[in-house]
Amino acid sequence: MEKSGERKEVVLLACGSFNPITNMHLRLFELARDHLHETGKYKVIKGMISPVGDGYKKKGLIEAHHRVAMAELATRSSDWVTVDTWESLQEEWVETAQVFRHHYQQLSSNSSEYNKDDDVILIKKKKRKLEKEEAALEKTVPYRSETKGVPELKLLCGADLLESFGTPNLWKQEDIIEIVGKFGLVCISRGGTNAQKFIYESDVLWKYKNNIAVVEEWIPNEISATRIRRSLRRGRSVRYLLPELVVDYIEKNDLYSAESEEKNADVILAPLQRYTKDANKNETKK
Amino acid sequence: MKMVTRIPVALLACGSFNPITNMHMRLFELARDHLHHTDKGRYMVVEGIISPVSDKYSKKGLVPAKHRVAMAQLALETSDWIRVDPWESEQQQWSETVKVLRQHVRYSVPLADCPAQQQSSTFMKTVSEREKKYWEKSQNSLIEKSSSEGWQRTFLLELKLLCGADVLESFGTPDLWRKEHIEEIVGKFGLVCVSRSGTDPQQFIHESDILSKYDHNIHLAREWIQNELSATQVRRALRRGKSIKYLLPDSVIDYIKQHNIYTADSEQANSSETLQPLKLQSTVVNLLND
Repeated sequence: MEKSGERKEVVLLACGSFNPITNMHLRLFELARDHLHETGKYKVIKGMISPVGDGYKKKGLIEAHHRVAMAELATRSSDWVTVDTWESLQEEWVETAQVFRHHYQQLSSNSSEYNKDDDVILIKKKKRKLEKEEAALEKTVPYRSETKGVPELKLLCGADLLESFGTPNLWKQEDIIEIVGKFGLVCISRGGTNAQKFIYESDVLWKYKNNIAVVEEWIPNEISATRIRRSLRRGRSVRYLLPELVVDYIEKNDLYSAESEEKNADVILAPLQRYTKDANKNETKK
Repeated sequence: MKMVTRIPVALLACGSFNPITNMHMRLFELARDHLHHTDKGRYMVVEGIISPVSDKYSKKGLVPAKHRVAMAQLALETSDWIRVDPWESEQQQWSETVKVLRQHVRYSVPLADCPAQQQSSTFMKTVSEREKKYWEKSQNSLIEKSSSEGWQRTFLLELKLLCGADVLESFGTPDLWRKEHIEEIVGKFGLVCVSRSGTDPQQFIHESDILSKYDHNIHLAREWIQNELSATQVRRALRRGKSIKYLLPDSVIDYIKQHNIYTADSEQANSSETLQPLKLQSTVVNLLND
């Protein structure tokens, strides 16, 4: 068992378009880490930026290799936040819950090298068990109390992501339950009320509200990537809103034009396409 | 080839810069974009100047000028048009903003219309090294623009005060500004005011006689992102051991850590002092009463 007073290790994972990455995205990590450290219960050992793959088909989404390159430039000066390319390299869009499963597996296998054999077997058993658990999710106990030595993996996000849980056909219910119930959220919110309201209005979020840390952002900072792209299209400066290296990269590669914004304009967002199809399939089965 | 006359402009920002943040630098970028895109491209911004206030301003929490200047210099290392000018910070007394404007306009003397070459060689013979460097710089950029876009060269450089809407509104605070100074700042020089959301500078201008009179000389740029970043908050975060990464350049953060500049003690500096301009104004008023 952990000694009392020993902090639980946490890895923060941020999923998103990062189209492009901005100072606001980077601030999320800093705020989350400060908050978790202040509770006295956690030690944030790593931050991961996982840009979404091109298969997401969001309007205006430029090529993944550019978005990854910019994120890497942006995190060059950080000693704990890195970029993970696994999600961006997948051809088809990958659900966030699956990204989490993938990374948790990585974390488990990394730490299991240092554990005794029986712990390794225990972890493997848990993995198999969990893969069959979609039907029995209600009874699932969070990962953290079962697998010692493996850091907790938490989703780092803004209140807008919490809100998006309510958008029809954007998320699978089971996925939301898994992400919030098993992994946990660190949600950075301006004026806390937004995030609290979404939690209150959602039964799933309300049930797992103890797994959701809402962090107050006292220095409101709404540098949205959409507005950045708009400014760039209009030949305006975005200096000091994104890291210098990213601004230079955008300039050098002439990214974000009226054309790039029209990409995927006539295509449906991958999750909507996938989940609507499933819903229709179920309909015809009846 | 169509000849377009653009008025060259220099932007001067006065303030504590305690410390300088990304928001301060954003003001310059926004102001420049605004002037370039409005009024059918009437202006060309050739220079930005940051002028940190002197220690004699006696504002609570103000750290020594040498640090504030050093931090601003670090922050602007990568900018090709904004620079720090330590003149104001080096003065023995606090200088009213209008005096700083007058000081800087010495380097942008309006010259009569005559062929550019002649102008420059005559002018260069009479100015100091520092002024020469300044003119070379602005002349180069003018020449660059001139050859690429066919702009007519003119040496009538307009120096404008760059500020936030809060400064504009501070014109209404009793005893903080002298009326003649406001008149000179807005009338002779001009203002570029960048407003944050929630402020309505138009309204304020409308309600002020002086400001309304020089409406044409006040350029309002909108800050379209909600960015409430203030130096006060940065200092608070530092006192509480919170991260300020991505709010200011890394080089400035390193400097702050290295010199341990912002502490609970530094925030108490001048706490028993009166802000210098207020002190001066009340002195003036007392004299008049005699």
